[in-house]
Amino acid sequence: MSISEFIKKIEGEIEELTPGTLKPDTKYRTMEGWSSMHALIIVALVDTDYNVTITGEDLRSCQTITDLFNIIKSRV
Amino acid sequence: MKASIKAISYYLPEKIFSNDDYFQFFPEAFINKENLLKIGVNRRHIIDPNETASDIGVKAAHSLFVEHDISPEEIDFLIFCSLEFDYIFPGTSVMIHKQLDLSTSCGTLDMAVGCSGYPYALSYAKGLIESSGFKNVLLINSSSLSKLIHPKDKASRYLFGDAAAATLLSSSEGNNGIGDFVFGTESKKFDQIIINDGAARNPFTDKSFIDFTDDNGNITNNAHVYMNGYSVFNFGLNIVPQMINNLLQKNGIVKEDIDIFVFHQANLFLIETIRKKMQIPEENVFNFIENVGNTVSASIPIAIYEAQKSGKIKTGSKVVLAAFGVGLSWGATIIDF
Repeated sequence: MSISEFIKKIEGEIEELTPGTLKPDTKYRTMEGWSSMHALIIVALVDTDYNVTITGEDLRSCQTITDLFNIIKSRV
Repeated sequence: MKASIKAISYYLPEKIFSNDDYFQFFPEAFINKENLLKIGVNRRHIIDPNETASDIGVKAAHSLFVEHDISPEEIDFLIFCSLEFDYIFPGTSVMIHKQLDLSTSCGTLDMAVGCSGYPYALSYAKGLIESSGFKNVLLINSSSLSKLIHPKDKASRYLFGDAAAATLLSSSEGNNGIGDFVFGTESKKFDQIIINDGAARNPFTDKSFIDFTDDNGNITNNAHVYMNGYSVFNFGLNIVPQMINNLLQKNGIVKEDIDIFVFHQANLFLIETIRKKMQIPEENVFNFIENVGNTVSASIPIAIYEAQKSGKIKTGSKVVLAAFGVGLSWGATIIDF
């Protein structure tokens, strides 16, 4: 698994994200319109595709997509 | 002799809270409209402030009697399953018994179970019929949760709708009926969906009504519903596949033997994620949430009613019912229709 694959998967699931918008250092929680629904979409994606559970605390403690990716990688 | 579901009817309060109404109240949520639509709810019915869960339960029972030509004298046991009760005591099933003018030889029982209430109540009814000689058990599942949701709670106001369902369970001679059950409780997570104050543990104080914003950005207070959305979502995602595997094993069958899966209609996005995770084909899952929302323990009987009406569930169908929620608790069973 690579971070670029992970980003592509997120962009595929979240309707209003234009492909190429997300970068590894994007601070996802401060993106315009970021909501708990986006977080749920990521939780579901990670559970289904990587069989890893990420919690609300994980999402709050992470700043960037890379931080999140590292958590997932450590639990695969 | 097996207990089987003989008839179902349901009642929805008249007042409607549509997505347009929602976005007028929470204009900041409009930017997320496309993603919110994945939740699958377009409108919800909201109970009148002067009505209670038992009032709409009585209306659902009246519909059941009329729609299926059932005589109230036939009922020899009444179960009321809800999270909202008329009095501290007597039981609300007693009040419904009075309203429906049921026989004095009809027993009454209240069950305080939330979203997992339907399988729990079915197991009671099955026990009464198959082990204690009762003939016709009336089960009422009712939710008036909107009264307990903080007006500014943007997540719960989107998800939940009020409704009541009435189910008649009777003994039947054939092969159709209710199979084995699985249940479970993760009591350490009791505080993940909760109303903290107002009962014996924490009586109301002035502090009960001080608003706070929870970790997920929803406004509530200790006198209203608190729900940790991520925690409950992860709970559903983890427990439902396990529960269904255990259920299939217990009943000695495999996933492919099941015609239709009816999940508690928590929200469509969660159900769809569970479905994909379990690799269940889309046509084998029946959902009914768009016009009613999450109606707590009434959601499964309402979905069964609609699935029967549309021909998705018919005589001979093998159906899994799987529910999960407040507790956190879960329960599932298999019905041969």
